Amino acid sequence: MNVFKDAGHLFRFAGLFVLAFLVFLVVRHYVVPKSFGEYGHYRGAAMGEIADHAAKFAGHDTCEACHSDVADKKSKGKHAHVNCEACHGALFQRLPNPEQPRPNLYKRFVALIIPPAPPDPPLLRHAEDPSSVKPEMPDTAVLCARCHTASAAKPKGFPQVVPADHSNGVPCLTCHQPHNPAIDAGGAK
Amino acid sequence: MNITRRQMLILLPAAAVAWEAVLAGTPEASSNYKMSDHWWGMLIDIPKCIGCGNCVRACQTENDVPDGYFRTWVERYHRSDWRMTNPGVITANPLIDPEVISPDGGKEGFPVATDESGKYFFVPKMCNHCADSPCTQVCPVGATFISPDGVVLVDQKYCLGCAYCVQACPYGCRYIHPKKEVADKCTLCYHRITQGLTTACCEACPTGARQLVDLKDPKDPIHEFLKTHSVQVLKPQMATGAKLFYNDLDGSVR
Repeated sequence: MNVFKDAGHLFRFAGLFVLAFLVFLVVRHYVVPKSFGEYGHYRGAAMGEIADHAAKFAGHDTCEACHSDVADKKSKGKHAHVNCEACHGALFQRLPNPEQPRPNLYKRFVALIIPPAPPDPPLLRHAEDPSSVKPEMPDTAVLCARCHTASAAKPKGFPQVVPADHSNGVPCLTCHQPHNPAIDAGGAK
Repeated sequence: MNITRRQMLILLPAAAVAWEAVLAGTPEASSNYKMSDHWWGMLIDIPKCIGCGNCVRACQTENDVPDGYFRTWVERYHRSDWRMTNPGVITANPLIDPEVISPDGGKEGFPVATDESGKYFFVPKMCNHCADSPCTQVCPVGATFISPDGVVLVDQKYCLGCAYCVQACPYGCRYIHPKKEVADKCTLCYHRITQGLTTACCEACPTGARQLVDLKDPKDPIHEFLKTHSVQVLKPQMATGAKLFYNDLDGSVR
């Protein structure tokens, strides 16, 4: 007895399943990113992309490479553990995007097929061109008060003053040199 | 420029090879960084925090965080003397104790406190980079994950913006980016720590209240600190494996 008699429709179905599976494999090959599953159920390349973000705080080592005199002065005072960028702000600043000239016809055609990523705004780098790019001098009236204004909420051991009573509106810089704030350390620069 | 047919035939395959290189995408994190050598976390020393908001501003600058959204923020707690001497007593409005404020995430500091009674303290908050994170478990597309070095990250090219993870985070540390319309959160400055720098918030903290820690580094002072101090994590009962360690945390903090 032939068991496969009248079984043609089953083979046709089986063929369809195999074909659909092959199509699935081909589509999957193109749709799933190469690095998906490299470390787990996610795209491994994403970590590299996140790590490519441009850092704006350069770290105190970068500042101290040139400003070793300030670093020396600071290391002797109470602000030794305060990093440069905590007061002076990030070394690299984002600028607004410059006006782009209208791209030529070829570039506009390419942009239709491959939309370009919006360009990252340029970074201003004091460390690379110290003469033309100067960080803004912090305003001590705001800067010092931010940490040292007296408040019952602050830790008791932290030095704090009521600015109006303490100096009568005289700028902090008159008596305290911020890199080494003790008055006997030299006062104003 | 005149190009002969012969030159064209030579140039085209070269261009194809170059295009492959372009498509290959961005390079992996800096080559001398080995993910398996690190297990990142952070230590927050509550008694050192003065609530200046430097960390919040630094984070916004470093990571282009939109106004009104926070990857890190600072809360100020105020516990009344009465509450501390009568723990567990149910009052008409138990929600007013502790009193918690965080004006604009504490970005510009806090209003001066004049009431000397009770106990004040600041609690900086951010992603806890949980080792067993609820937010990564609910993602339907594998767009958020715990990296092999213990940082919870979002693949913003893959994220659909469904916001399941925003709801799943027990610490409220995620938001949907208003422009990109995908989930956004603290990356523990992944672009910095993979280059040997500390995070922007730690760099900007004037009192050392925040410290980046590498739990796989045997020389990291965190190991000694954990032995000698009373250190807690937020919501330990949720078993998230949080790696944001708080020193001297008050029991009222949620």
